[in-house]
Formats: sequence, C-alpha cells, structure tokens
Amino acid sequence: MDTEQGSTFLKPRNGGACKLAAGLGWFSIGLGAAELIAPDRVAQLAGLPVNNKRESILRAYGWREIAAGIGILTESRPAGWLWARVAGDAVDLASLGSCFAAKDANRAKVTASTLAVAGVTALDLICARQLSRNGHPNGIAARRTVHITHSVIVDHSPEESYGVWRDVTNLSKFVRHVESVQAIGDRRSHWKARGPGGRTIEWDSEVVEDQPNRRIAWRALGSIERSGSIEFSRAIGGRGTVVRIDMQIAPPGGRLAAEALKRLRAIPAQYIGDALRAFKAYMETGEVVQSDASIGFGMHPGRPPAPEELAAAHYASAI
Amino acid sequence: MRANCWIGTHDVRVEQVPDPTILNRQDVIVKITSSAICGSDLHLYNGYVPSMESGDILGHEFMGEVVEVAPGVQKLKKGDRVVVPFPIACGRCFACQHGLFSLCENSNPNAGLAEKMWGHAPSGVFGYSHLLGGYAGGQAEYARVPFADVGPIKIPEGLADEQVLFLSDIFPTGYMGAEMCNIQPGDTIAVWGCGPVGQFAIKSAYLLGAERVIGIDRFPERLRLAREKAGAETLNYEEVSVLEALKDMTGGRGPDACIDAVGMEAHTPGLIGAYDKAKQAMRLEMDRPIALREAILACRNGGTVSIIGVYGGLIDKFPIGSLMNRSLTIRTGQCHVQRYLQPLLQRIQNGEIDPAFVITHRLPLEEAPHGYAMFKEKQDNCIKIVLKPH
Repeated sequence: MDTEQGSTFLKPRNGGACKLAAGLGWFSIGLGAAELIAPDRVAQLAGLPVNNKRESILRAYGWREIAAGIGILTESRPAGWLWARVAGDAVDLASLGSCFAAKDANRAKVTASTLAVAGVTALDLICARQLSRNGHPNGIAARRTVHITHSVIVDHSPEESYGVWRDVTNLSKFVRHVESVQAIGDRRSHWKARGPGGRTIEWDSEVVEDQPNRRIAWRALGSIERSGSIEFSRAIGGRGTVVRIDMQIAPPGGRLAAEALKRLRAIPAQYIGDALRAFKAYMETGEVVQSDASIGFGMHPGRPPAPEELAAAHYASAI
Repeated sequence: MRANCWIGTHDVRVEQVPDPTILNRQDVIVKITSSAICGSDLHLYNGYVPSMESGDILGHEFMGEVVEVAPGVQKLKKGDRVVVPFPIACGRCFACQHGLFSLCENSNPNAGLAEKMWGHAPSGVFGYSHLLGGYAGGQAEYARVPFADVGPIKIPEGLADEQVLFLSDIFPTGYMGAEMCNIQPGDTIAVWGCGPVGQFAIKSAYLLGAERVIGIDRFPERLRLAREKAGAETLNYEEVSVLEALKDMTGGRGPDACIDAVGMEAHTPGLIGAYDKAKQAMRLEMDRPIALREAILACRNGGTVSIIGVYGGLIDKFPIGSLMNRSLTIRTGQCHVQRYLQPLLQRIQNGEIDPAFVITHRLPLEEAPHGYAMFKEKQDNCIKIVLKPH
C-alpha cells in the first residue's frame, strides 16, 4: 500500500503527526505479520520459550496489530485506531509483566522487550493525542454534521428575492411538505411540516444573522440540529440574482446517525435543491407547477390522482 | 376517463383512470379531439427510456377543446380549440426568454433527478417519463395543460384537426432539424429516417431553400412517401452503401448537412448493427447511434450534423476524430415547439404544406395497443397513427 494514496489524512496536511501515524501503522502491520507467521520466533526474541498457549495468544495479538495497522493507514481519521493501539500496548505490557514471574523466562530479554514496548506506547500515545486534538482536518464537530449547498439564478433583483425569503410565512407557499410557517416576533418562527406517513413535524427557527438584501442565517431549535444561510448576490450580465443556500444538519444520534445521513446525503440534498428550485419558480411564475406524479409522497404514476389521493396529497399551491 | 397507459415493455393498455383536475393557477383542461402516436413513443414502448412507471399515461401530440380554465389563465377561455406543444414551458425563465422552451427551468418537478442523469435538467414533457416530469400524456379523453397562456395555440376556424395536429411535435421537430442546418442556396441535405419526423425534415429543408434533399430508410412505403409527397430523392440502406451513394450523388464532397431523424433505436444490417444491439441489450450502451455515426462520416467538410432523433443516455464508438478534424458542427435539441407554432400555422394556412400527408391510420383510442404493435412492426405500411378519443 502506498501511504500517500492510502489515506487522505496521510497527505502532508497534518505534518508530523501524520507521518508518525503512518510509521506506526506500518510497524503495526509488520509486527502483526511476524506474530502471525512466526509466533515461536517472536516469543524467543521476547525472551520466552515457546509453548502452544503462548503461540495462540501471539497469533491473536498479531490479528489485533494488523487490524490497527490497516485502520491507521486507510481511515481518513485514524485517531481512534491509534487509541486502539495504545490499549493494545497496555495489554502487551501487562502480558510482559506477567512473564517476569514465569520460571522459564529470560529476564534480560523480557526487560528489553518491555522497554521497547513502552517506547512504542509513548509514541502511540503522543500521536493519538495530537490527532485527537487537532489532527482531524475539519475538527471533531464536523463529524456530526452533514453539509449541503445549492445555488440557483432567479430572474429578480436581490432586493426582491431577499424580501420574499425574509418573510418566512411565504415559505409554505413553495417549499414542499411545509404546511405553515408562523412568525413569532421578528426573528423567531414556528414551522409545521408533513412528514412521511402523514406525520406532522413541528419546530421553531430563529434568525441569527440578517444582512438586508444580502444574507440571512438561521438556526432551527429542535430534535434535529439544523442551521443554514441563504445569500443573495447580483448575477453577472444583469441576469438576476444568484441565490445560494448553505445548510448544516446534525441528526440526533450523533456521529453514527451523521455517517448514515452522509451515505444517504442525496436525500436532504435533493430536498434542499428542490426547495431552492421551487423558490425560483415561485418568484418567476408565481407558483410551483405540479405534475401528476409530483403531488404526493413517493412515486405516483403520471396519471391524474384520484380525489382521495388529491385530498391526501400536500403540495404548495396558490389555488 | 379512458387513457392509454404504459404498463411495461411492449405492454400498453387502455384503462379507466381518474379525470384530470386543475392543480395550478395557470392550468386548463382540454377535451382531446385528436391525439397521435409518435415514433419516440416506440422508445417508451420498447423499454429504452428510463424512469417510466407502470400506469403512466402516454402521448405528447394532442389537440382539443378547452373545457376548464384556472383563474390565472388570461388568453384562453372555455370552448377554444387548441393544439398543445409537447414541452411544458413557463415563458418566464431564462431558457423561455431565449426561446429555448424545451429547456424551461420551471416546469420539470423532477429536475433534480434529470440533473443526476444529464448534468442539467430539461423542461417537463407530457407523457414522456418521470425524468421529464411525470406528467400524464394526451392519449386520453382529457388532459391537464399547465402554463396554458404559454403553450397551447388557438386554431382558427376552417382548419381540420389533421391539418394542425402535428404542430404539437413532429412538424416543428422536423422543421427545427432543417433550420439547424443553416441551409444556403444550392445546398444538399441528407435525412436519415423517413418516418413522420424525417418526412417533415425533408419538406422543411425544401421550405428553407435546399436545392436537393436525400431521404434514407429501408421501408419501401416510407421511401415512396418521401419521394412522392415530400419530394426527396431516396436511398435504401439495405440495398446500397449509403456513404458511397452519397459521395457519388454529391461529386465526392458529401451533403452540406445531415439530419439524424432516427435516434436511439437505429438499425443496420451486418456486424455493426449486431454489435450495438447486443451492447444495448446488455445495457452496456443505452442508445444505438448507427444513423448518427453514418451521418457524421457522410457530411461534407465543415458541414452540419443536426440531431432530432431522440437519444436518452450514452453511446459507444462515437467518431469524434471525424467530427473534429473535419470542422463539423453538431446542432441538436428537443424541439422548442412554442417558437414555431405561429410561423408554421401560418405556412399551413398559406397552403405551403398540408401535414396530413403522413397519416396512414386513424383508430379509436380503445385500439391504441393494437396501433403500437402495428407501428412497431411497420405492419400494414403503418407510418402515422391518429387516435380519436371521442
């Protein structure tokens, strides 16, 4: 494996800690391979005569070393694997400690091995701590959030575009599945949306930054942490306004949920893209045109909906 | 109402479905008096267009009488007789303002899906897959038409349905194919495919001043129609080498422009045809670009290749070297029908063309499945079928 290619993390972005981690990763794999292939020789080097029990323990340690090595070399954020190495080192040190008591042990060799392992442990500890502190390219908080951006050009001025978006009660007229937006004072608003299965979802949102005709930033207050901003800038060539939305979503359930959401990133990205396109359509044509297939949740064939389907459907319409 | 629905590959059925209702402020409901089966409907029938769903109503060439009008519509009223263009367009966005109606930015609710497939999204289209919006089509008794002030054109008294029905698609499509050739006096134009769109491309090339038009196909009845009604010289590609014949007919130089009116399901005898058919069947290639390859190789140096046959995805063995080294221009697009409605209606009224010449069959809507099977197999010399829903 080429360390330069094996991990984005190992690119020079993070200097010394990265190089050290790569070195430790390869060391881990090398030691693990030795423990797996020739546990008898490893035991002898450590000052311990071979027996079946020691061989199988060393083989198990070998798998552990290889797993940690691969983890360090392939993960873009290997701090966790370095902490795993630290824990492994502790197990090794404990094993060696127990060997001092063994009658058949070569004390001098066991002492040398213990010092060597202690040295590696120190390196693992230093590296793991550095990576945990600043080694993450985006900082720890970024692990929990999904970041989505989308842009459209609207054939209206930034002032008009800003004006429509700033009055949040307008948003239910074009954002799909949003049933109502109620203003509570100038900065706070209460949102109701229809979720899958007809479930109503409600939350409050708060404007945290408001630069008239240029930028609005907000934060949703609720079970799902969301924050976002929308910027309005004049498009070149007198072609209206570039509207750019930037949203961060941190789902409940922390890192695991965020990882799952990232894998399914297409879903919120699609929703946000559709919302922005709908804003453009509302601005330019006064409404968001629906097709026979688009009025409900999920797939519907391109044929007129039955009256009961129409009643159950939620689509933003000016009618 | 009754409507012709796509159920699956080679399976369309006339079913009872709910009547359309007004969904948007700029909608009208049209009671359909005539509807046609398009050659591009065969791509759906044969299962080559992605994102179809069982139950989709087919049909994008239709006309009829306005029976319901939403409050935001200004130009149309109940009782108006209209032809409906196949692209759905808002008339307000950047694309529409530039006359690129089939690229309307506000009429495709599935634009996000289409962007994934094609980079950017085209407009919505009636009855032509969910990538193009998931709109019900017009092979039905009624249809809902959004942006009614932008699309439908009112038809004056005295013109029969069959004279104006093809303003919805195939006449403007053939016309745009010829217009993209930038025809100069003395030009020779070659047209691959003598189906209805090819016939209108031939006619339009003459209307736009071409000296000579050569139609290429393999079905005798289509070649005969091209000769007798559209005025073309013809080549049967099963009988002659098209490349050699075109060189021979043009003093070795090649046609000034070539129009591909075939699209993704082109056919050719021999090895290349088998190769593309096999790759398409294995889904290694989505479209069979046989006519397109030949059109590129045939075109004279510095000439134009105009593509109006429908393609959906990816092709293989594209002769980019010929295209680049010989300064060819490629022009293409789904027809921006809205910009041709008035001028082409005028040509019909002037008697310059009677588009009804392509019609070979008239069937009640109930017989649409039979019509599709017949059209696919080119049985009974079938070239163009008009369906009568009422």
